[in-house]
Amino acid sequence: MHLEVSKVHKQFETPQGPLVALKDINCHVETGEFVCAVGASGSGKSTLLRLIAGLDMPTAGTITVDGEPIIGPGVDRGMVFQRYTLYPWMTVQENVEFGLKLQGASKLARREQASRYLEVVGLTQFSKALPKELSGGMQQRVAIARALANHPKILLLDEPFGALDVQTKETLQQFLLDLWQRLGISILMITHDVGEAVFLAQRIYVMSARPGTIQKEIVIELGSERAYAVRRTPKFHHYCEDIMDLLRGRSESTATV
Amino acid sequence: MVLSVAVPFLLWCLLSEFSIVDPRFLPTPTMVWQALERLWQEGYLLPDTLFSFGRVLAGFLLAAIVAIPLGIAMGAFASIRALMEPLIGIVRYMPAPAFTPLLLIYLGVGEAPKIALIFIGTLFFNTLMIMDAVKFVPKELIETTYTLGGNRRQVLFQVITPYVVPSIIDTLRVNMAASWNLVVVAELLAADDGLGKRIQLARQFFQTDSIFACLIVLGLIGFLLDLSLQALMRVTCKWAVK
Repeated sequence: MHLEVSKVHKQFETPQGPLVALKDINCHVETGEFVCAVGASGSGKSTLLRLIAGLDMPTAGTITVDGEPIIGPGVDRGMVFQRYTLYPWMTVQENVEFGLKLQGASKLARREQASRYLEVVGLTQFSKALPKELSGGMQQRVAIARALANHPKILLLDEPFGALDVQTKETLQQFLLDLWQRLGISILMITHDVGEAVFLAQRIYVMSARPGTIQKEIVIELGSERAYAVRRTPKFHHYCEDIMDLLRGRSESTATV
Repeated sequence: MVLSVAVPFLLWCLLSEFSIVDPRFLPTPTMVWQALERLWQEGYLLPDTLFSFGRVLAGFLLAAIVAIPLGIAMGAFASIRALMEPLIGIVRYMPAPAFTPLLLIYLGVGEAPKIALIFIGTLFFNTLMIMDAVKFVPKELIETTYTLGGNRRQVLFQVITPYVVPSIIDTLRVNMAASWNLVVVAELLAADDGLGKRIQLARQFFQTDSIFACLIVLGLIGFLLDLSLQALMRVTCKWAVK
């Protein structure tokens, strides 16, 4: 798997005139990598993910997966949103099966895959439950299982833990890290939580706002076997402060102008 | 629940039984019960009820059959919405009973104008309310479906439609009450039977007890229809019921 974003611009037409959301974005994700893009609101990070998912088209530039240009949404890119992610009238099992159903997979194959991924996310016993009976954290795990059941080449996560409380968030971060190590999947995640990005990612793109650009690419060398304790190491804090300075420095300099 | 029915009922008993209000204007509950028995024995009550009920059902179902797909289509496709919304927006403010004379001229005095009145009176509200429900389908749910490999047709039939089913049932409940109103309007103006016609005749003979009896029957049937739609909601849309 090789995701390549090259010279991407995105401009929105608004009543106040054109708004440049993304300017000259170049980034990539390789097989088995966990990459995060961090930025304040207005940095266009969600726009970038939507372009990669094929839900929007760039004004200029190209995005390719394994050399194939993206022309729309596709099953090779699984997406998990922050909210409203599950179909409320379907059981957990039916939610996880739904992607395969849309593609016309047999009932048996669907059930088999759904069971497998429900086990992966540890929710087998809730397969018959409705989403509203699940906690927010469990709902996001179902959404991840549903995306994985489609066997995407890359998982795109748009602030998946943004609406959760701190404790649940930390549990799910560890859960996602374990999942990534176990399955060897490629992940591109968008977040505004710097600590979350440093804890999870092997590489981080720091984005600045208005227009959204990639300010810096930082390789996080904390090993891939990370546990909560890593958050207490000086190295972890060093990374966090570096990134915070980048985000802050940019907004301060614009404030003084 | 018990109180909200019991208090007005007691008040009615007091006012009528002690002749505080002239019983010719406010009949006693006993008189109303006797009127109900009389209407039943004379063989009016059941056919009248069935006629009214049949007209409501026909007009209402026809309106639903048109409004559900039309409302969903208008909610889902901007082009269809742009085409239909201005028209429906104007027509829905024309009071349906005002169409009755036209309907009588066009369709005669049979069942057709009565069913047509109910159809016209509920179609536009049904359509617009269902259209609005479609607008509230979360964008994320639709986009998730595309990223899971769904096409437009699948989004329409397997995501948008099931999502709005509870709203459709709610809409039907609201408009069921409207069609129950309209059937009486139609029958008051031109009919040989039906509960509305019975009220009309009772007025001519100053039988307030019969009018009360018919009103109670109308209320009870409306209430039962509402309860059954609520039950339908609980059975088919467990996910949307608190």
